[in-house]
Amino acid sequence: MSGVTKKFVLEPERYEFNASPIHQFELARRDFFKILGAGIAVFAIAKDALAAQETPPGHRSFHMEELPKDISAWLHVGEDGSVTGFTGKAEIGQNIRTSLAQTIADELRVPFESVRMVTADTALTPFDMGTFGSRTTPTMTPELRRVASAARDLLIEAAAKEWNVAPAGLVAADAKVTDPASGRSLKYAELARGKTLAQNLPAEDPVTPATQWTIAGRAIPKVDGRAFVTGKHQYTPDLRPEGMLYGKVLRPPSFGATLTSCNDSAAKAMAGVVVVCDGDFVGLAAPSAHEAQRALDVIHAQWKEVPQISSKEIFSYLKQNASAKSDNRNHEQKGSVEEGLANAAHRLDATYNVAYIAHAPLEPRAAVAQWVEGKLTVWTGTQRPFANRDELAAVFHVPESSVRVIVPDTGSAYGGKHTSDAAVEAARLAKAAGRPVKVVWTREEEFTWAYFRPAGVIEIKSGIASDGALTAWEFHNYHSGSSGIETPYVVANQRTEYHAVPLILRSGSYRGLAATANHFARESHMDALAGVAKMDPFDFRMKNLYDDRMRAVLKAAAKSFGWPRKKTQEGQGFGVACGNEKGSYVATCAEIAVDKKSGAVRIVRLLEAFECGAIVNPDGLRNQVIGAMIQGLGGALFEAIEFENGRITNSHFASYRVPRFRDVPEIEAVLLDRKDIPSAGAGETPIVAVAPAVGNAIFDATGVRLNNLPMVPNGLRSA
Amino acid sequence: MPIEIEVNGKRYPVNYPPDTPLLYVLRDELGLTGSKYGCGEGQCGACTVLLGGAPRRSCQIPVSAAAGKPVTTIEGLEIDGRLHPVQQAFLDAGAFQCAYCTSGMIISSVGLLQTNANPSPAEVVQFLQGNVCRCGTHPRIVEAVRHAAKLMQEQGR
Repeated sequence: MSGVTKKFVLEPERYEFNASPIHQFELARRDFFKILGAGIAVFAIAKDALAAQETPPGHRSFHMEELPKDISAWLHVGEDGSVTGFTGKAEIGQNIRTSLAQTIADELRVPFESVRMVTADTALTPFDMGTFGSRTTPTMTPELRRVASAARDLLIEAAAKEWNVAPAGLVAADAKVTDPASGRSLKYAELARGKTLAQNLPAEDPVTPATQWTIAGRAIPKVDGRAFVTGKHQYTPDLRPEGMLYGKVLRPPSFGATLTSCNDSAAKAMAGVVVVCDGDFVGLAAPSAHEAQRALDVIHAQWKEVPQISSKEIFSYLKQNASAKSDNRNHEQKGSVEEGLANAAHRLDATYNVAYIAHAPLEPRAAVAQWVEGKLTVWTGTQRPFANRDELAAVFHVPESSVRVIVPDTGSAYGGKHTSDAAVEAARLAKAAGRPVKVVWTREEEFTWAYFRPAGVIEIKSGIASDGALTAWEFHNYHSGSSGIETPYVVANQRTEYHAVPLILRSGSYRGLAATANHFARESHMDALAGVAKMDPFDFRMKNLYDDRMRAVLKAAAKSFGWPRKKTQEGQGFGVACGNEKGSYVATCAEIAVDKKSGAVRIVRLLEAFECGAIVNPDGLRNQVIGAMIQGLGGALFEAIEFENGRITNSHFASYRVPRFRDVPEIEAVLLDRKDIPSAGAGETPIVAVAPAVGNAIFDATGVRLNNLPMVPNGLRSA
Repeated sequence: MPIEIEVNGKRYPVNYPPDTPLLYVLRDELGLTGSKYGCGEGQCGACTVLLGGAPRRSCQIPVSAAAGKPVTTIEGLEIDGRLHPVQQAFLDAGAFQCAYCTSGMIISSVGLLQTNANPSPAEVVQFLQGNVCRCGTHPRIVEAVRHAAKLMQEQGR
């Protein structure tokens, strides 16, 4: 347990996480059995919360009138044998509804089909900071295992009492408790009947090791799959509560513009239209989407704009405006870089640039808000329901207990749905209208008013000895962030610094955060150094790498890819890159082909070896790994947000190119299952080595080193 | 006289203006929310429906242009609780993650298989080029369409 309950350290680029979480749990114990019916319930208490209490609750006692404030997960076994797990995590396409249910079924010894998950509802689930940072598997999986294990113990104790025998000899399996001595058995449903038995448990409780999993570790298909292929699943934009109006927001012409005048009389005169002009916010609600659009079109607003820099000058701006003081949390220094460089046989310095990119989730930001007697309910696709709740409470000056945020399983996020923009807009309009209001952002709004993965500049100075061993490594990241900033290679002399720059465009999390930028720079640079050392890129990495898990994924990728490969055609190139982040390890190999005439780069084959400890669901994991590889190709090759004077100039799918079917190469994921290592998350790390592997392959084919992401927005002209 | 459209075998009077995109009539007026808004510009395919049997971006079609032609949405593929082979194939292949693109992918694929009963992987890729999947599930979608072609041949559809 100790390895997986490690306190989560926030990366500095997560600017939006500064607010400290306010722990609260809405549901009192007496209400809870009313909602779910009688049965057995177990609550997991967060480890830190226990330490803070003077008298920790006993293992087998539950005497509180209300639920403890720091519950992290809980579980209920009903009188019909149905099992319900509760977590504040959200399902956003990463398949946790399935993997968490597997975990509970595995530990409780019940069929997978009998487990239902209630997720991301601030009134029904325990507080959760958010679904990000690849934390669901390493933190929520063990929590749910602990509650399931405790529930199993309770059921065994109930059976022991029934039969008047010692619990030690009884066996729990197949949703029943059996006494092997007498052959008697009782179903969980029978044991739960008529009981309202609740217990909380301490932070540690022994759980089943991965080597003995039976339901976890298997490729179980996504739950509710049928609802998705039939169109029955309702995402936030599909909700239509009785009497609902359609909301629209009048956006400023550019970032930072302030409203100087607003004539909304024509809009207000339209039947059924409610207009809100409040500060710089101008929005309205109407009985239909087309009436809302028509009303929006007749509002005459004037804005005061401010001059702003453009994407053309962004990289020089970032360097010039960087804070001279590096961020302390990411200042790593060992030995003397100056000495290491002086003693190097070869030196190599380079600068790498990374453009802003957009998440472009296919379900745009959306929310449905409803006020009833001063209480607000909001349905919204967010990764942070509790933070959204707190923000709504603050904005509308109501207690948090008056706000409920519910997250329907969401049409993806990739780190892009942390903020509560659409929720606040819908709630503001619903308040004015006195009816439920739905706000669904247009694609243009999504590309413009969401937030971006920040641009960055990375500078590296390095030196190697004549045998290829690294002697010096100096790494500066300006603005893009510090995830994955530290080199996994062994270097006696190193300095690593992150330099903050005031925000230019609204920026925030993106799958893998800055780990993609930092890996791109580091792994491109390592490739270039291998060239200087006249060594094979794979051998050069292995020479400077002592981490066994990293070496294992590199070897696995090389073996499956057939590294080193001989070129058989003109324009062919092969590249490799590796990395680790958030407790998991990845190595990626790429084969590319450059068309000499047009300069077009085609990815022929992409292979990745990935290791995240014990695998919970190999099928879901494969989907996540392959998906991250394909998404990573976009940022590697052609995705870039273009902006000028506070306007996004490519805010459409026609002008902002995302990977499509034709961009997808022959693709393969090699999954290493380490049952001896606690499961880590897998949503992010598989993306980090894609860009450098591709870039290194382009270099192999052409001799041209591309130091900017995206690498070939218009093909490789210089080839 | 209001426009009338036929969706999944049922006739509906339309009260929205004739220039309203079909997608909004389906979703907001008829409550058929299986067809998704992804861009409103015909660039992502999430809103794809069959119009007179052919896959079309419903966000780009004024409802008046849909009058007189049968419309099939994702809700109309399942018959008497039996999934369409393409739906079954997507389910079998696990060809979705967030699944927001799935109804558009399935409807487009049904359209493809009506004109090409046994498409090659390259033909599937070519046909689905206009459908965006942001989760990167493309290889499984291609696999699902090929699997669906087999299922349809077996069922004599």
